[in-house]
Amino acid sequence: MRVTVGMGSCGIAAGADEIYQTLSKVAPVQITGCNGDCYREPIVTVGDKTYVNVNKKGADEIAKMMRGENNSAKDYAVYTDDSETKNRIALCNCGIINPESIDEYISRNGYKAIEKFAELTPVQVIEEIKASGLRGRGGAGFPTWFKWNAARESVGDNKYIICNADEGDPGAFMDRAILEGDPHAVIEGMMVAAYAIGANAGIVYVRAEYPLAITRLETALNQARERGFLNSNFDIKIKAGAGAFVCGEETALIASLEGERGMPRLKPPFPAQKGLWDSPSNINNVETLANIPWIINNGGAAFARIGTEKSKGTKVFALTGKIAKGGLVEVEMGKTVRDVIYDYGGGCDGFKAVQLGGPSGGCIPNELIDTEIDYEALAKTGAIIGSGGMVVMDGSSCMVDMARYFLDFTCKESCGKCTHCRIGNKRMLEILERICDGNGKSGDIELLLELGEEIKSGSLCALGQTAPNPVLTTIKYFRDEYEAHINAKKCPALSCKPLLTYSIDLNNCKKCNLCAKKCPTDAIIDLVIDGEKCTKCGICFNACKFGAVNVV
Amino acid sequence: MDYKLLEPILKEKTARGSLIPILQEAQELYGWLSPETLSYISDKTGISPAKVMGAATFYAQFRLKPAGKNLILLCQGTACHVNGSAAIESAIRDYLGVDEGEVTDDGLFTYNNVACLGCCSLSPAMMLNGKIYGKLTGKSAVEILELHKN
Repeated sequence: MRVTVGMGSCGIAAGADEIYQTLSKVAPVQITGCNGDCYREPIVTVGDKTYVNVNKKGADEIAKMMRGENNSAKDYAVYTDDSETKNRIALCNCGIINPESIDEYISRNGYKAIEKFAELTPVQVIEEIKASGLRGRGGAGFPTWFKWNAARESVGDNKYIICNADEGDPGAFMDRAILEGDPHAVIEGMMVAAYAIGANAGIVYVRAEYPLAITRLETALNQARERGFLNSNFDIKIKAGAGAFVCGEETALIASLEGERGMPRLKPPFPAQKGLWDSPSNINNVETLANIPWIINNGGAAFARIGTEKSKGTKVFALTGKIAKGGLVEVEMGKTVRDVIYDYGGGCDGFKAVQLGGPSGGCIPNELIDTEIDYEALAKTGAIIGSGGMVVMDGSSCMVDMARYFLDFTCKESCGKCTHCRIGNKRMLEILERICDGNGKSGDIELLLELGEEIKSGSLCALGQTAPNPVLTTIKYFRDEYEAHINAKKCPALSCKPLLTYSIDLNNCKKCNLCAKKCPTDAIIDLVIDGEKCTKCGICFNACKFGAVNVV
Repeated sequence: MDYKLLEPILKEKTARGSLIPILQEAQELYGWLSPETLSYISDKTGISPAKVMGAATFYAQFRLKPAGKNLILLCQGTACHVNGSAAIESAIRDYLGVDEGEVTDDGLFTYNNVACLGCCSLSPAMMLNGKIYGKLTGKSAVEILELHKN
């Protein structure tokens, strides 16, 4: 009977290592990557049964059952409804195959696409990708065939295919899951791309924060070399990034590969004309490449049958934040944001907004939750599909604070080349910080809007051009929250500490004095909170058993 | 410092564009990039000191100060932020008595923030010596650090 333990980074963080050790003592156990159900980690499968949230005791029960001693492990079993997972394309093998076994990949149609493309000319391969309607999954949504074709038509002794695995958007982790769970799919996708554009070398640029992804990919590359899939005609190398968000931008990534500071440059020339070492280069994101073998095997038309008029196929989203079932979901284009959050993600109690597309994206409020998953439809709201990070927020999330958070991120990650991005974002951040601290002034909102537009038009690369988006969309949809901070000096979400006021409601108070005993600054004397001494830590609020401490 | 250890990578990585892998290897070997290490790399590769310093200061991974025995990387990702990483941060700071980017006096811990570890569904999360710990509370984070005190 086949036994697997989910050993993606998320599974390991949830304690899968220990469970693997326990079960391996009984029988051979296969590791798998993440199947997307991160909220159920650690996950064990035995035959056709799936056991979730397995703890040490659960592992002992499963071990007993494997030895045929009892059947009490049934308490953990779930019979997975595979309706959500059976139509997967990019994640089709994740959580199913052992990512360290090339044979398991091959047994699921792996390396079939490279047999198939041998019958096609490079132009025909590109035609197939064109027919599929595949667009880049890393953020910009540029048609993949167009980039391939441009690189194919460029003349050069060397051509490079580069996989962008510098997944830096906080809140997105599908590229990590694919590299950890199905690395051969990315290798095969790169081989197809290399054939189509005539590349003689491949590079995967992986961020340094993903050590497990690098290890699994290294193993997969060695196996592909042993089998002769990779050889002296075309081989792939790994380059580990060194921690710079801006290197997700194509020209910055190339600068980084050349050993320079990762600073973007003006386009054109595009990488397809002058890329790495001035040679024609094609850069695709991990998820984009993982779709390629499926498209070649099943035909572009089959892919194009899924989705909307301009957005084809599926998109993987990383659902996080205040959501019942956090993890990865692969959704057909054309579903709505509501479908993703409620049908796939199990919903959110008191849903307020969803931040889509990371620091380049925006917040989508409840009124727009029926927006379709479609590049153009989402762009209209001010958000973007981006790399597919969806951070769900409820009433406890302050939208001004969210905007401040993202801008703090982009300020730290701005490479400093363009004045508008380097200084403009800093000024916006300062304004947001003072609003959150209760020092907002009238006119601040207008100033933010003006600066935001200036930064968008005055920056060279997408980092600067999109940095103000989280601020602009939260002002668009949650202006009243900004106004409450600035005018009434109140944070409606009760999140910005300097704006909170704690008081004791004597009607509910039982005079136990526990609040005063717990107060770290001795600010509570005779059941009155001294506003001068109070640091708004909230300890009294949490300590009171009678709900007599109020916060507004 | 004994730079013999660096010889293999300097020999192997003679191709252009190798500066970042060399810096990564040097940091792996010595724990940090001292001014002497950077000068040595510049001498051996012929890459100007300004360029070497430029790359070393641009990327967040490179440490220009000695590191503690245990390296804490606290995730600052969006999901962690929404789920309360600020509370973890203050618990760690209080426990260690250092600010972000600093080493404790006993040399046991370096505390750094990182953009995102990609373990969003287990937020708030941190990485300690390459291992990820998820669903932290201030208390559990400190307990994990306690285990690494010796």
